[in-house]
Amino acid sequence: MTAQSLFEKVWQRHVVVPETDDTPAILYIDLHLTHEVTSPQAFDVLRARKLPVRRLDRTLATMDHSTPTDTAQIFGGLPIKLESAARQVRQLEVNCAEFGVNLIGLQDSRRGIVHIIGPEQGATQPGKTIVCGDSHTSTHGAFGALAFGIGTTEVGYVLATQCLLQRKPKTLEIVVNGRLPAGVSAKDVVLAVIGKIGVNGGTGHVIEFRGSAIAAMSMDERMTVCNMSIEAGARAGMIAPDATTYEYLKGRPFAPQGTDWDKAVADWNTLSSDAGAAFDKSAAFDASTLEPMITFGTNPGMVTTISGNVPERPGDAVFAKSLAYMGLTAGERMAEKPVQVVFIGSCTNARLSDLEAAATILRGRKVARGVRALIVPGSQQIKLEAEQRGLAKVFTDAGAEWRESGCSMCLGMNGDLVDAGQYCVSTSNRNFEGRQGIGARTLLASPASAAAAAVRGRVTDPREFLG
Amino acid sequence: MDPITVIRSRTVVMPSTNIDTDQIIPARFLTTTVREGLGVSLFADWRYDQAGQPKPDFVLNQPAARGCQVLVAGRNIGCGSSREHAPWALLDFGIRVVISTEIADIFRNNSLKNGLLPVVVDEATHEWLLANPGVEVEVDLPASTLRLTDGREVTFPIESFSRYCLMNGIDELGYLLQQMDAIERYERTREGA
Ligand code: SF4
Repeated sequence: MTAQSLFEKVWQRHVVVPETDDTPAILYIDLHLTHEVTSPQAFDVLRARKLPVRRLDRTLATMDHSTPTDTAQIFGGLPIKLESAARQVRQLEVNCAEFGVNLIGLQDSRRGIVHIIGPEQGATQPGKTIVCGDSHTSTHGAFGALAFGIGTTEVGYVLATQCLLQRKPKTLEIVVNGRLPAGVSAKDVVLAVIGKIGVNGGTGHVIEFRGSAIAAMSMDERMTVCNMSIEAGARAGMIAPDATTYEYLKGRPFAPQGTDWDKAVADWNTLSSDAGAAFDKSAAFDASTLEPMITFGTNPGMVTTISGNVPERPGDAVFAKSLAYMGLTAGERMAEKPVQVVFIGSCTNARLSDLEAAATILRGRKVARGVRALIVPGSQQIKLEAEQRGLAKVFTDAGAEWRESGCSMCLGMNGDLVDAGQYCVSTSNRNFEGRQGIGARTLLASPASAAAAAVRGRVTDPREFLG
Repeated sequence: MDPITVIRSRTVVMPSTNIDTDQIIPARFLTTTVREGLGVSLFADWRYDQAGQPKPDFVLNQPAARGCQVLVAGRNIGCGSSREHAPWALLDFGIRVVISTEIADIFRNNSLKNGLLPVVVDEATHEWLLANPGVEVEVDLPASTLRLTDGREVTFPIESFSRYCLMNGIDELGYLLQQMDAIERYERTREGA
């Protein structure tokens, strides 16, 4: 048998009807995650065509994007301030009740950002196909699942048939070998990768991240890397499951239990890419040469080292327009740039280890005067754990705001906003114009870099706090 | 969904590269629970000033853009978020064809599902289109061909199944539902039920 890649193995297991010249493959979906923003119109289609949700046991809903992070609006009996958001949340409750979909609702202790709670609940597992009406579904690929974002029409298809029509994507192997230097995180790795291959470098491809630096990563770190695959334009990002994966999953609510667990692990062990498996494209990185990264422009490929300068590209009008939006000049140093807002959160970097990295720097220190620091745990479970471990107290003692979980300031649709013209060092994944609010200027970076910026009030190399 | 065969229209040109779906429709408009009415919010942050007034220098606000059904955009349009609100907003505004050298995967997929035709062309054709804004083009879906006023005919790639659906104005759900036997068989085999 020819050597197969991780992607090919997972793909092959899920082909219901193979592709032909005339028709795409019918691909079976094991797990469908859904949220309030991209599902209402899909449920309307089911209603109009009098169709049920075909597999309730494979469907899980939650609310995260438009939900406020203010405790009073979640638990204090206050209504959700944004009326349209309140309506959207209500609509998901109605749809889930009507169709019988399992909903992790507003006050549920398991609620959080959909891409954080899937893994946290153990619903995300190796070898599964996972979709969600959300591009960062790529996060779940960290477990060796084939996980990708879909639009609302396709959300409807999966609700109705548990299947999608798909052409087989190509594969891109990204090898990261070597040891990451101290102070350099998984976020820096993926930003460096996107900076190199570009925001369209992965278009039409599924990325497999491999190499010793990836193997050495925790699940939290692997999720950060796969999360941003979409920022390189890739359909999905994947990492082969291993002992780290199994240790993370074991005992979680949706994970297989007892003898089923052993059977599952034996199966998952067969998923790794075979020696000699072919990839359509390949790129390699040396982890030991990487540094903390920060974006300077309006897409995640516009990125440099935190000690570096804004590059110069004379004659590039689009580049110049982007810098004008950012209020930066070509050749300018990134370090020491004053910032007004720091956001630590999102499905990229709001897991416990991210909060720990931020707390290491914020412990015993204060958020600089004039800086607003917003720290938003990725889930209610993470929030609880951060409170039990004293991290929340570190943050509030430092003068940061500590909130209920949700997408928050990652995107401007829930009331958490960056004002026009303000610089925000953000641990999220997109620095698009207006993403965090009209006129907001986003600088994407790691949790450590964000915490360092909060303390100094300026873009700061987190390694200054090491030792 | 309206069937597409041949669309003849002047072009409107937005040469920026990497136009992401957050620009096509900013997040604050995503709290809607319907598909309709998003055209007014299309490119909202580029189109309106702080007071909500249309910016006269933005291309879609110019009189020449009125009635244009073909948008020519810089490389890699539609990157970023999977929001289907992006093609919904474009269609609601009146755009039926998007032309670029590269179109991001999820956006292309979402467009095909809604009767917005994504047309990928070569660099030379693209440059000509960028240099000639407002020119009349003919997009012939059955022939997968783009016809330019200088007599050039450029074929564009399109998945035959998607083309069939677009030409007939049908969605893929009907097709998937017809495959239910195969889906059930697959489930029985895998789940051992
Ligand atoms: S945190 Fe941001 S990127 Fe992640 S799901 Fe929410 S809005 Fe999307």
